[in-house]
Order: sequence, then structure tokens, then C-alpha cells
Amino acid sequence: MAEVALRQVVKKFGDVEAVRSIDLDIPDNEFVVLVGPSGCGKSTTLRMIAGLEEVTSGDICIGGEVVNDLPPKDRDIAMVFQNYALYPHMTAFENMSFGLKLRKFSKSEIRQRVEHAARILDITELLDRRPKALSGGQRQRVAMGRAIVRNPKVFLFDEPLSNLDAKLRVQMRTEIKRVHQKVKTTTVYVTHDQVEAMTLADRVVVMNKGIIEQIGTPQELYHRPRTRFVAGFIGSPAMNFIPCQLEQNGANMRVRVSDSISLPVQPQRANRYQSFVGKPVTLGLRPEHITEPRQNGQGDGSDFAVTLDVVEPLGMETMVFFTLNGTEVCGRVEPSSAADAGATMQLHANVDHMHLIDPASGAVI
Amino acid sequence: MTSVALSVPKAAGAPRQASLKRNRRWALITSYIFLVIFAIFFLMPPYYMIVTSLKSDAEVAHMATNPWIIANGITLDQFKILFTQTDFLIFFKNTAIVTVAVVVITMVVSVLAAFSLGRMRFWGSSILATGIFLTYLVPDTLLFIPLFQIVKAIGLLNSYWGMVLVYPTLTVPFCTWIMIGYFQSIPKELDEAALIDGAGHMQMLLRIFIPVALPGIIAATIFAFTVSWAAFVYPMAFLYSADQQVLTVGTVTSLIRADVYKWGMLMAGALVAAAPPLVIYAFLMDYYIAGLTSGATKG
Repeated sequence: MAEVALRQVVKKFGDVEAVRSIDLDIPDNEFVVLVGPSGCGKSTTLRMIAGLEEVTSGDICIGGEVVNDLPPKDRDIAMVFQNYALYPHMTAFENMSFGLKLRKFSKSEIRQRVEHAARILDITELLDRRPKALSGGQRQRVAMGRAIVRNPKVFLFDEPLSNLDAKLRVQMRTEIKRVHQKVKTTTVYVTHDQVEAMTLADRVVVMNKGIIEQIGTPQELYHRPRTRFVAGFIGSPAMNFIPCQLEQNGANMRVRVSDSISLPVQPQRANRYQSFVGKPVTLGLRPEHITEPRQNGQGDGSDFAVTLDVVEPLGMETMVFFTLNGTEVCGRVEPSSAADAGATMQLHANVDHMHLIDPASGAVI
Repeated sequence: MTSVALSVPKAAGAPRQASLKRNRRWALITSYIFLVIFAIFFLMPPYYMIVTSLKSDAEVAHMATNPWIIANGITLDQFKILFTQTDFLIFFKNTAIVTVAVVVITMVVSVLAAFSLGRMRFWGSSILATGIFLTYLVPDTLLFIPLFQIVKAIGLLNSYWGMVLVYPTLTVPFCTWIMIGYFQSIPKELDEAALIDGAGHMQMLLRIFIPVALPGIIAATIFAFTVSWAAFVYPMAFLYSADQQVLTVGTVTSLIRADVYKWGMLMAGALVAAAPPLVIYAFLMDYYIAGLTSGATKG
């Protein structure tokens, strides 16, 4: 068990800078998820920690030791790959014990460790099967078992659930969380799926174009995103971004969304937004914060009427889509209160949760 | 409503299904016709060999009898004489030694070469890989002239050990080419997993790549075996004593004297010479096909 630290780490492939001087501190036993779209540098970062990619500049430290020049086998890490990377000619037992054999562990120690890991992962009956005879989920468990038996300082997961179907992915997600609770080890997990990131992580690292956009707990990222990218990436369905203008009428500050709709700004935010009055800004509001009007509405002017373009019933809730200021906006309402497509519906914007974004810098104001 | 709605696609589907069945039947009939024609065409020579090898010299020479049937009874005389009164068994032994040695050398060289060219990316590796394949395109009828000088210079002219030296020029390039393709089709995560598990490059090759690439290795082995078992030009050019000769050239030179063809023994010799490759193909055919077609489709 150990902490992992990245110091101004850069990775270039020829002229292309895949990772641009990132700094990251992962304390002992923490579960950190690197999340971001394809090509954001998250897998490259993980591979540099594993020693599968050389660092162009900067330092990677594991347990306080700089490991830039150490080969993967000497870094005391274990990795679970997207396509499992199980040795097809070996049984599950042999796959899990291969690393221990190479490290000259005794047969009894190997058996003990493999059986212990198999019990944790509930794969004891599968140990004499080859990967071909295992389902996707079982293969992933064996791959995790191969990592667990090594008892490494750091676990690395490279999109381990991407090859599984949706139902199994949810099951395995819970399984990974359960295993981490049992086998407390520093874990770095890469995924492009923000739901996976939110559900698994102690802290999430959102990456974009080779840089770290924000590091924080799932709740921090959801409620207090620092950039438009993070605000749009975290949360499903994604946050609505509506071009608007900030207006000041005496002591009241309002966000003008269209000729007929303007939303109030909370007084405690007025100071923060002051320098943007009269300027175009982007309103960020999650679908779950656009709902049917509250029963005990305070009449603060945050209700508005729109004509619905599309209505998507999901059972426990209904998604409503409408156009505001030329932008498609999504709201989340009670199924019983949803109007039909083409009809006018009264909606309420929960302005406590709104974000205003500077369109020039993309930063949340 | 429901029954009406369901009956519509059923009625529309029936003639289509019948048409599909008819199409399939015709495709099968046509396939079988051509398969039978092909089978007859390719089985004719082996059948003729077997029939002739089981006839006596007198019956073979008798022009009036039907060459496709054995009229005067089966005899194993051709085989007895071949094994006892000719150098056939020496040729067989020499061929076996040369072939085993060539197969071993070829597989060691091409597996190592293919592993480094296919997996360990280094500057110029793809050009080198193409270059290796290009050397295979140079025909042995052209190569034997400079090779003659080389074999002579190292004192292996008229020695079957010379064949062990020159046959790999035919087998190594193609086997390396097959193995490069095979090694490249193995996901890169497998060697990364092995690296993290603590394997060095040699352990990775021996414990992961060779077992995983076994179908490809068997395909390459069969190819090397067939080429060295059936090679004709090089032994024809480099070997001239009977005690050093191999099957292909030895059988022909010892059983054809001027215009005298010992057809019965020639056929018996050809039959015995064809047996080892036949047996190997029969047992390893599935691996051979899997090896040659790997990577053609998504596994």
C-alpha cells in the first residue's frame, strides 16, 4: 500500500502532447477515478503509472520513490485491462498464479493466495476453467483476482467494464467497490463513463485535452464544477447550457434567457456576478433542476411556460425537451404532471442550483 | 386485430422460405458436383501410384492390360526390392535427418525473428519484415548458382548437411512471415499483462507467445517440413553420391537408368515418400488451416 504522486508529468507522442504537465496526489488507500472523453490522456496517464509508457518529463512517485526508470514488474503494481488480457492457454488458477510463480513464491503460498482471492471474488468453482469457458463477467473477476493475489501497492484499472453489457457492468461496478472495501489498496481507475466514476470514486479527476480540469469528490464535481467542461461532463442527462444575459434592475439581479423569461439571481451570488452585468453569459442548469412548479411556490419569478417539443417517459420520471433561446433544453418532471408534446407546460427552474459560465474562458463564475 | 396482424408476415414469409430452401438445395447440388469432379481429378494420380506399385514388373510392362486395374493379382515385390536391393532406405534416412534438422533450425530462427519483428517495435522493423518476405520470392532455380559456391567453399558439397544449410533459405522467410502475422494478431495487452506480472522478453515468448501462437507455429512447421521433404533443385545441384542423396532426387536417379523406367518401384518409392507428409497433414490439418487463416476474421 502506498501513495501515488504525479509531478508535472508530460507525455508526448512525436509532436502530439497527450498529457500536459499534470500534478496529482493520491493518498494511501484512496480510490481515484480518471475520467474524460476519448483522447483526453487518462489512459496514457495510467499507463505511465504502470510503466507501460515512458514519461517525457516530470516524475511519477509510488510510495515516495520516483519510479520513472523502473520497469513495470519492479513498481509493485497490478493492472486490470479492458479486454481482460487473460492468458488463453492457462486456467483461471494458472492465470492468477502466473505472476507469483515468476516471483518464485512457494507452491503452498501461491495456492493460499489464489484461493483467498477466489473466495473474495466468488470464483472458487471456476479456477480450473480456461478463459474461453468463462463469461465476460467471470473473466473480469479472474483478471481482478490476478491483481489481488499479488497484494500490490497500487491497483490500476484501465476501463475494465467497457467490454461488458449494461446489466453486467452495473453488477461488476458494485463488485469492484465491494472488493476495494475488503482489499484496501490505493486504486487508480480509468473510465470514460461518468456514472462509473461518480459511483466508484473517493475522488474523481476530470481530464480534458491532456490537462486536469478538476479534482474533487463526486459531490463536489456535481454541485460545484469549476468549468463548463466539468459541468457538462458530470451528470446524466448532461447539464443544459443556455445563452443568456445578466441584468441588474435596482437591487435585483436577473438572468434574461429570452424576451419573456428571466430568472432571479440569489442575492448572495450578486457580488460574484457583478462584473458580468450587461454581458452575455451561459446559464448552466441540470435537467433535475428544471421541474414542474412547486406546490408551495414562492412566486419568485423562476416559473416559466414553454411549448414541449419531445416528451420521454422513463417510468419513475419523464424527460421533457423544449427550445429556449435557440437551444434545446431538457427538464425532469413527475410523470403525472408532464404535458404532451406540442402542449404548453409550466416549469420551474431551481435557481439555487444554477451556474453562470463565462463564455470566453469556459470558467464557472 | 392481433391475429390479423400476426398472419400477414407469416403469409408473406412462406414463399420466401421455400425459395430460400430451393436456393440452398441447388447450391448444395452444384457444390457436390464440383467436389466430386475435383476429388476424381486429384485422387487419380495417387490411385494410379498405388495400383502400379502393387503390380509385378511383367504386368506393368504388358501393354495390353488395363493400367487402371490389377489383373494378375496383388504383389508386394516392388516394395521388397525397393527396400532390399536399392539405396531407398538410405535416401529415406538422409531425408528424415535433413528435414528434422531444417525444421528445428527454421522454427528457432523464425519464431525468434518473428517475435522481435512483430512485437518489439524498433526502427526499421517493418522494412526488415518486408525484406525477409521478399527474399522468399527469389526462386531456388536462381539461388542455387551462388549457393553452390558457398556450399563448396565451406566443404559441404555432396553432403546432406549442406542441405541443412541451404533449405532454410527457402523455409525461414515464409515461416517468419506467417509467424509475424500470428504474433501481431495477439492483443498487445497480453504482453503488457505479462510485463506487469514480472516476465522478461524470453519468458514472455516461451510461456505466453509460443503456447498462444501454437496453431501458427504448427502451420509454419508443416510448411518447413513439406518444403525440405520435397526439395528437388538443391539436392539435384549439390549432391551426387548415393549415400548422401535424399528421396526426391535419389529415387529418380537410381530407378531411371537411361530410357529404362522401373515404374513399379518408382511408384512404390513415391508412395512411401509421400506417406510422412500425408500423416502429418492428416493429424495437424485443423491447426494448419487455423494458422494460415488466423486474424482473417474477428475471433
